[in-house]
Amino acid sequence: MQRHLISAADLSRDDAVHVLDTAEEMARVADRPIKKLPTLRGRTIVNLFFEDSTRTRISFEAAEKRLSADVINFSAKGSSVSKGESLKDTAQTLEAMGVDAVVIRHGASGAPYRLATSGWIDAAVINAGDGTHQHPTQALLDAFTMRRRLVGRDTGLGRDLSGKRITIVGDVLHSRVARSNVDLLHTLGAEVTLVAPPTLVPVGVETWPCEVSYDLDSTLPKSDAVMMLRVQRERMNAAFFPTEREYSRRYGLDGDRMARMPEHAIVMHPGPMVRGMEITAAVADSDRCTVVEQVANGVSIRMAVLYLLLGGNEPAVAHARTTEEK
Amino acid sequence: MDKQDKQDKRDSQGSQHAQGPQHTQGSQDPRDARQEPRESDARPVLEGPDIARVLTRIAHEIVERAKGADDVVLLGIPTRGVFLGRRLAAKLEQITDRKIPVGSLDITMYRDDLRMHPPRALARTEIPGDGIDGKLVVLVDDVLFSGRTIRAALDALNDIGRPRAVQLAVLVDRGHRELPIRADYVGKNLPTSLRETVKVQLAEEDGRDTVLLGVKQTAPGAQH
Repeated sequence: MQRHLISAADLSRDDAVHVLDTAEEMARVADRPIKKLPTLRGRTIVNLFFEDSTRTRISFEAAEKRLSADVINFSAKGSSVSKGESLKDTAQTLEAMGVDAVVIRHGASGAPYRLATSGWIDAAVINAGDGTHQHPTQALLDAFTMRRRLVGRDTGLGRDLSGKRITIVGDVLHSRVARSNVDLLHTLGAEVTLVAPPTLVPVGVETWPCEVSYDLDSTLPKSDAVMMLRVQRERMNAAFFPTEREYSRRYGLDGDRMARMPEHAIVMHPGPMVRGMEITAAVADSDRCTVVEQVANGVSIRMAVLYLLLGGNEPAVAHARTTEEK
Repeated sequence: MDKQDKQDKRDSQGSQHAQGPQHTQGSQDPRDARQEPRESDARPVLEGPDIARVLTRIAHEIVERAKGADDVVLLGIPTRGVFLGRRLAAKLEQITDRKIPVGSLDITMYRDDLRMHPPRALARTEIPGDGIDGKLVVLVDDVLFSGRTIRAALDALNDIGRPRAVQLAVLVDRGHRELPIRADYVGKNLPTSLRETVKVQLAEEDGRDTVLLGVKQTAPGAQH
């Protein structure tokens, strides 16, 4: 029996809505004096981070601890990986220690899929971001934030995002957040438009279930949510645009542009933000910007995912790709 | 064999709690069909008017024992305990002429059999504004059976606050306790065998008020 969350594309509409509904109940735990549930007592979860991360790792750790799981943190720096150990050997070490789930972030696209399907380990694998491929829990928390803001906290229960127009702006080429969001938002019935300079639009984007535009100003008035992406310098090995100033003027979100968005529209950012580059401080600090809310929602979503994958004797969320192989 | 049998009975009761009304996709889930007891010739043991009378009596008993029900907080256990809790609160308000705080307490995450089934859908926990610290909490559920649901509810309460006292009101007590737990207010004591099923239907959820006593069929697909 496989039980993994590798890609947002593996979630059906019903599975995704189920995760969002579960997260809505999990969010209420945060309002209680004792923010802890006994549900995953005695289960061991390893956070296997081969790439730097603050938000995602802390968020997963908080979610795991709120569900009473035993948490082991592993970062590649200062581990045997820096001595040359392979992913396989690391995985088998964890398996030997009796780990129930592995939350993995890796610089190589496909590493979590390899871990889940290679037979190296029995544990559930949750993708916390792999290369430029997928970051499914981020897409879920983004969808959760949109549903809360655009549909409503209680009225949103059981509902998807059908008819909502979402615009994703910036470095789509290097962004696993954009890929996951396009997959999930499409599944949930939203209409996604990607806006980026032509050099930062990936090859093959025409097969994605979304529109592509190069003009931010014409897209903004037709958006219910605008998601700004960070320009990922660490993944860039060429010049994709002439100057930061030019990028910022054409694709950055400032107060003037925000004013052109519909009244109810929200501004999202997966973080970390680079103020002055893709988003101005005025926009980042405005109450239409949901960055902080997204972080809080991230814990609820990750609690929901962990509960649905590990809370019973089999997962409540089917994983299409790996179950087919069984 | 005997142990397995008991386990199945508990499932059939538990499945009533597992699905909040907001989780519409639950009905499409094939797993639910598997947990649902198959009944043949279920006969009603309590009808609509009986249930209303029973709740009125329980309301009076609560007022009597709590000497006016000044600090009573009613917490229903989803799904049907919540509706019973609301009905009880309405009756208490008629009797005492005061607003009675009522909420719900989802016990899914505190169950002791979580690892025996796929994860259950969560229901809403709604604690009334003033909280439960120092209050007299009356837990409300439809059927008292193994007592495990109530144990889980006591654990859940522990994480929410410290009531002055906790009492239990149930519509039906069908016996077969597996834990040292008893109800303070019982609508009807219903001696049953383990081969029987007790199903409570309420207008809010099922369209009518009734308590059905049926015989469980051992379906080949029901084993886990």
